[in-house]
Amino acid sequence: MENHNGTGAASVPGGLHQGSTAPPPLLEVRGLTKSFFGIPVLEDAHLSLHRGQVHGLVGENGAGKSTLMKVLAGVYQPDAGTVLLDGQEVNFSHPTKAHEAGLSSVFQEFNLLPDRTVAENIYLGREPRRGVLVNKALMNDKTAELLDSLGITAIRPTTQVRSLTVAEQQVVEIAKAVSYDARIISMDEPTAALAGAEVELLYQIVSRLRERGTAILYVSHRLRELFDLCDVITVLKDGRVVSTGPASELDDARLVRLMVGRPISAFFPDKLPRADRDAEGNNAEGPGLPAGPILELQGAGNGQLDGISFSVQPGEIVGLAGLQGSGRTEMLHAIFGAAPFDRGTMTVEGRELLPKSPRDGVRARMALITEDRKAEGLSLNQSILDNALSVIRSVFPRRTGAVRTEIPGVFSSLEVVARDLDQEVQYLSGGNQQKVVLAKWLAIRPRLVLLDEPTRGIDVGAKVAVYRLMRKLAAEGKAILMVSSELPEVIGMSDRILVMRDGRLAGELPAGTSEEAILQLGTGARTAPEGGA
Amino acid sequence: MNQRGSLVERLSSTQIVYLVALLTLIAGAVLVGTIGRNFFSQGNISSILTGTSVLGFIAIGQTLVILAGSLDLSVPYVTSLASLIAAGVMANNPGNVLPGVLLTLGAAAVIGLANGLIVARLNVHGFIATLGMGLIISGYLATNFKGSFGQTPLSFRLIGATGLGPVPISTIIMLACAGLAMLLLHRTRVGHHLYAVGGDISVARTSGIRIDVPVITAHVICSLLAGMAGLLLASRLGVGSPTVGSQGGYDLLSIAAVVLGGTLLAGGKGTITGTLGGVLIFAMMDNIMSVMQVNPFLKDVVRGVVIVVAVAVYARRRIVSRPERFTSKGSAEAPAAQAAPAEGP
Repeated sequence: MENHNGTGAASVPGGLHQGSTAPPPLLEVRGLTKSFFGIPVLEDAHLSLHRGQVHGLVGENGAGKSTLMKVLAGVYQPDAGTVLLDGQEVNFSHPTKAHEAGLSSVFQEFNLLPDRTVAENIYLGREPRRGVLVNKALMNDKTAELLDSLGITAIRPTTQVRSLTVAEQQVVEIAKAVSYDARIISMDEPTAALAGAEVELLYQIVSRLRERGTAILYVSHRLRELFDLCDVITVLKDGRVVSTGPASELDDARLVRLMVGRPISAFFPDKLPRADRDAEGNNAEGPGLPAGPILELQGAGNGQLDGISFSVQPGEIVGLAGLQGSGRTEMLHAIFGAAPFDRGTMTVEGRELLPKSPRDGVRARMALITEDRKAEGLSLNQSILDNALSVIRSVFPRRTGAVRTEIPGVFSSLEVVARDLDQEVQYLSGGNQQKVVLAKWLAIRPRLVLLDEPTRGIDVGAKVAVYRLMRKLAAEGKAILMVSSELPEVIGMSDRILVMRDGRLAGELPAGTSEEAILQLGTGARTAPEGGA
Repeated sequence: MNQRGSLVERLSSTQIVYLVALLTLIAGAVLVGTIGRNFFSQGNISSILTGTSVLGFIAIGQTLVILAGSLDLSVPYVTSLASLIAAGVMANNPGNVLPGVLLTLGAAAVIGLANGLIVARLNVHGFIATLGMGLIISGYLATNFKGSFGQTPLSFRLIGATGLGPVPISTIIMLACAGLAMLLLHRTRVGHHLYAVGGDISVARTSGIRIDVPVITAHVICSLLAGMAGLLLASRLGVGSPTVGSQGGYDLLSIAAVVLGGTLLAGGKGTITGTLGGVLIFAMMDNIMSVMQVNPFLKDVVRGVVIVVAVAVYARRRIVSRPERFTSKGSAEAPAAQAAPAEGP
């Protein structure tokens, strides 16, 4: 059997062994090739999917996973290669053609109308009718039946999608895909926006679908999920299939090596020595200066947060973990002044201060790298330079000129790959866009850096660059508070980990703690260990 | 979870519109009472309802167009043109009423179809497409008609003049059109797709919806209803007029009524019921201020303030969409088994 030891070059198209007893695959992809503007994104990709099989598809950003999914969904047309469904060659010229053939996709971006009901979203474009009128009762009944068959009872068909949680919206997306009587469902990072217990809900749905005989193509960055859910894993690298075979033949380290060609430990760079201290740990700028915390909170709260007390020391990276909706992002926004605290005290570098607006936050030399860089971090149709100067221009206009001369150096140290500084940021990759966001904030020489999901949706290379930058900032004596749903990242980077639950701090865990400990604290399965507080 | 927040934040936008309408009604009764007149007299109610019909027709159409993510600025000119076609064709001959009505509505539908095709096929935003269409029609009207034109026969004039009790026939027809529009929006596929296209065009597309159909449908119906408004004005005035639409300012006033009714200007969310509430508020305000003999400048000031305040209230509700977890006292709902918050070292 050709498997994960293969390089792809010697492999049989289709990958799995061609035994006479094996049923023909439900879906087979042969020699699929797709280029954009002459740049090949997929080259000679092959894949086969069987009934009741969960097939993991992994690879770095830009490896071609999303492109492959979109070809199968009929969004893109391949340049070469064939797609066989039940042994018959198919060619989907439009997403509806794929749906009709029983192939549905759940894409990363949410494809729901927030102001419409669950049922209206699921049956959009296929509303059941009696005569010319839409039969709402039937539509709601069918939706309830569909959700019930997936084991979901908490979502009502007549609820507005806007009022659902992110996880529930994801469930509605999947239900919509299933409602096309799909025999094959491809899911692109279905858990990207989910955390902890919400992921369980998705596991439950995937296993239900598998029992029914639905084939699932599962794209994810989260290795744990791949091993929990997938029967077969295919690894893509630079548009080529480098390996395909049973998940049981793989482990984390091998999978990562196949994806990136380097071991997992290289992900998280080691701590650097403090540059602003001498060997004894005294402040290099003068022994008289107090080395107090950069940020200190006492009993702070607002509408979403309560009883928040903690501090962050210079040179410290503090991880902020917790489930989706536990108040992590709200915490960063409150500290920064975007959604201010209305009670308690906050001290920044020894000065008492409760920022009332982001402007106050920036004035106090805080940087907030938001979770959604496209909506909140960048002006996509402006140049790299204008984006990088946007904060400094609006808050410290007199320093703009000085900063402008530093920008090229900052970009080369961050290894930003761009044609030139006048390029519009919308044409950059996710990783390079994130570096532009970071550069924009470094321009104000922040003392406290608030990071919200700093590596979401960026490739491994860019992730490592972000981690190195975090280490460097810490070594310069800056304080870092990082929110992340990626637990390995929180554990690998943080000096201490604060865990949130329902708008409060549930406890604190030391560096190098386990994912289980964080989840237990975050879900309330167990109260904080004695050493935590 | 028990949602907190002020009363305004808990009500739906339609409920707010009718609350405001009720407040306007009370204010009207009191104000009109102070000068010794009766706000609820049959004559006054009839006058308010008459005021709702013309704007009502246009605002219903505007609601459909806005829900689909477009806009129609050509409505006042379509209304003027319709009044001219109707009065011109009828030419005071009772036998020509039916052909006059059909021709008028046919012409309006053609304009709507043109608007819809420009928006849907040429990808020109509705604002520009209908601004251009409005200019074309207004240019045609200005060069070819120097004043009122044609005449409508008595039988047709009666539609604008009679009523069932205090309710004018024109208002009943307008409400019937509103009912049909609601049926279209809530019970037909085109209606559902109209919301989808206005809400998120790419979601609509990937769901297999043909984008053109709802957009063109909305524009055709909007022009048809502007034509209905023109017919009604021709019936009331007895003649056609090239300026009757633009004098009424129905383009911006209808958009204002739609937005006051809680419909998102960006599309995808809103109701006909809300729009009718918006129209009713404007009609009552006009009536109150006419009875009180408020100067016309102040009238517009009041209208302007009402529109801006209403939209500001909706915008605020949009921001505070999430229920607060803690009150300012903080410890109101301390969960059991809550771990002690970690203290900084």
